[in-house]
Amino acid sequence: MADIHSVIGTKNKKGQTYTDTWKMMNEAPRTPSFYTGSEVIKEAVRRASCDVMIAYPITPQSEAAALIGELFAEGYIGDYFRGESEFAVMSQCAGAAFGGARVFTTTAGPGTMRAMENFPMWAGARLPIQMIVTCRGINSPLSIQPDTLEIAYLLNTGMLVWHAETAQDFFDWILKGYMVSEEPDVHLPLALCCDGFFVTHTKDVVNLTPADMCLPPYDPYRSPVPCMDMECPPVRMMRDPFVMKSNYISYATHASWQQEVWAAVERSRKHSIHWLNGLIDTENTDADIVIVASGTAVSQGREAIRLLEDEGIRCGLVKVKTLRPWPEEEIREATKNAKHIFVPEFNVTGWLAKEIRASIPNPQRVHAGPHVCGGMTMPPEVIVQEIKTTLGMKTISMAGRGS
Amino acid sequence: MSQYRVLPGPEHFLPPAAASMGIQLPNPGEAHINGVIASEDKAYEEAAKQFLMARVPTIFPGPLVLWAWNEKAAKKATAVRHLYNTLKECVQPGQTPMLIPMPDYRPKYPKINPEVEINPNHPNLTIWHNKIDCCMFIGVHCHQANLSLKIIRGGTSCYTIAMCAQAGHEDAMLSFRDASVEKIMKLAEWVKKLKGTVQPRLTSAKSGASN
Repeated sequence: MADIHSVIGTKNKKGQTYTDTWKMMNEAPRTPSFYTGSEVIKEAVRRASCDVMIAYPITPQSEAAALIGELFAEGYIGDYFRGESEFAVMSQCAGAAFGGARVFTTTAGPGTMRAMENFPMWAGARLPIQMIVTCRGINSPLSIQPDTLEIAYLLNTGMLVWHAETAQDFFDWILKGYMVSEEPDVHLPLALCCDGFFVTHTKDVVNLTPADMCLPPYDPYRSPVPCMDMECPPVRMMRDPFVMKSNYISYATHASWQQEVWAAVERSRKHSIHWLNGLIDTENTDADIVIVASGTAVSQGREAIRLLEDEGIRCGLVKVKTLRPWPEEEIREATKNAKHIFVPEFNVTGWLAKEIRASIPNPQRVHAGPHVCGGMTMPPEVIVQEIKTTLGMKTISMAGRGS
Repeated sequence: MSQYRVLPGPEHFLPPAAASMGIQLPNPGEAHINGVIASEDKAYEEAAKQFLMARVPTIFPGPLVLWAWNEKAAKKATAVRHLYNTLKECVQPGQTPMLIPMPDYRPKYPKINPEVEINPNHPNLTIWHNKIDCCMFIGVHCHQANLSLKIIRGGTSCYTIAMCAQAGHEDAMLSFRDASVEKIMKLAEWVKKLKGTVQPRLTSAKSGASN
């Protein structure tokens, strides 16, 4: 059993130096690079000291799985193979993580839904798997364009759920994500989401850490559950487990087990704040109008704020970075001065607005919208129109612009 | 700061996990007492007091120290035995220190033998049977420890201490973190130091299942 600190400064088989993660992310020089989001995922994984990556290549939504196959060919990943389906992939990820591996995978849209049974199982088994979710439409008719509805289904699985705005977020958070999810008091899977296509297929300048530095390896001996003990829970899931017994203490044990998973989500709060510099980012939250958003809706909101400023309307912004843990206190504080809170979203149900309404006093301040879905874009003018209409101001109709 | 305090139960039919009530784990170099962050020295003193006040102070060593799977584990096991021996030397007549192992986490039915083991899935049985009013977990995997500590808080009045090798446990009434041989030995020193200065709860101890 090697102490993690003892490997810092040593080299892996590719000649990368295991580096203190804080130094690597915050002090090492960065190189600006012009990459697609999928390429950025590959570059982050190159530096993540991953043991196993299992793929169900869901191209064209994201090329990440195929690109990581190239990393395997280059020798940066311990093992890589293709599952028979998304469900199989997620089950195989569990097996690898039970065995003590650092595991990475990707999915999107209908694939996420097909694999869904595995996610509460991952959380219940305290497996710190990282899953990239490049969100796309989940309903028929299918769409490869972004739609964040699948995030709503992930929120109650017991996984950590983060929502990246940009490819830069993605690069940084893949690496930082392992640091949070592998803490022994957390030790939960992380669904790192982005709005597919917008982030995965477009190119952006991303500042990369040096390719010859990598994360320290995962230490499975810090796991809060035994590593691959076939006789004990959580591996021993179905053979004579306590959940199958009909007595009070069996149910109490199962209940306590679930509570412990959500307690671990709560404990991730401290670590997430440390690594992400807070669960939310804020700008001008003393304004009467505040936009609260996650993912690329933040970018559109920021642009809408610029347009509104040109007209003399001051507006603040809250970027929600983590959805689980949910930044309830932070959002309550950031919106305390707001008379109107707008929540633009790329989905039909408005799950983020519902979460915010449940978290703040005077929830009638929350305007759930504007919404687009099914892969539509959300021009900032649409957000501007929504705000001005709500304020009773004259506005140019956007109707027909999308046709 | 959370107003919730992690106190001996019986607390509730299904008590909340302390973390969900806003209780935070200590940072390195700290401990917590009842969910409030405290210095390690204060925690040593309080843990030693609780042991010396208890009618049946008990250590529950888990698989991580019961099996000699590495040198450190073997050394910790020796330190745990030393702490137990120290407890036996320092208690007064009428107090009965115990050392009951948690050898594994297998769900065992129809029942375990509470005289020889404790199982995290139904810890009440061992606590009730032996009338344990203060216990310390050591060498138990964190998830199983939290599970068990919460069930104990829910259904018994036992005071719980965690000597955790990782980040600590909010569901215990008192928790150390980053447990080492030195920390176990230091707790034993505190028990010795407080010998004869703490009044045991002999007359007020509850009996039977009310424990």
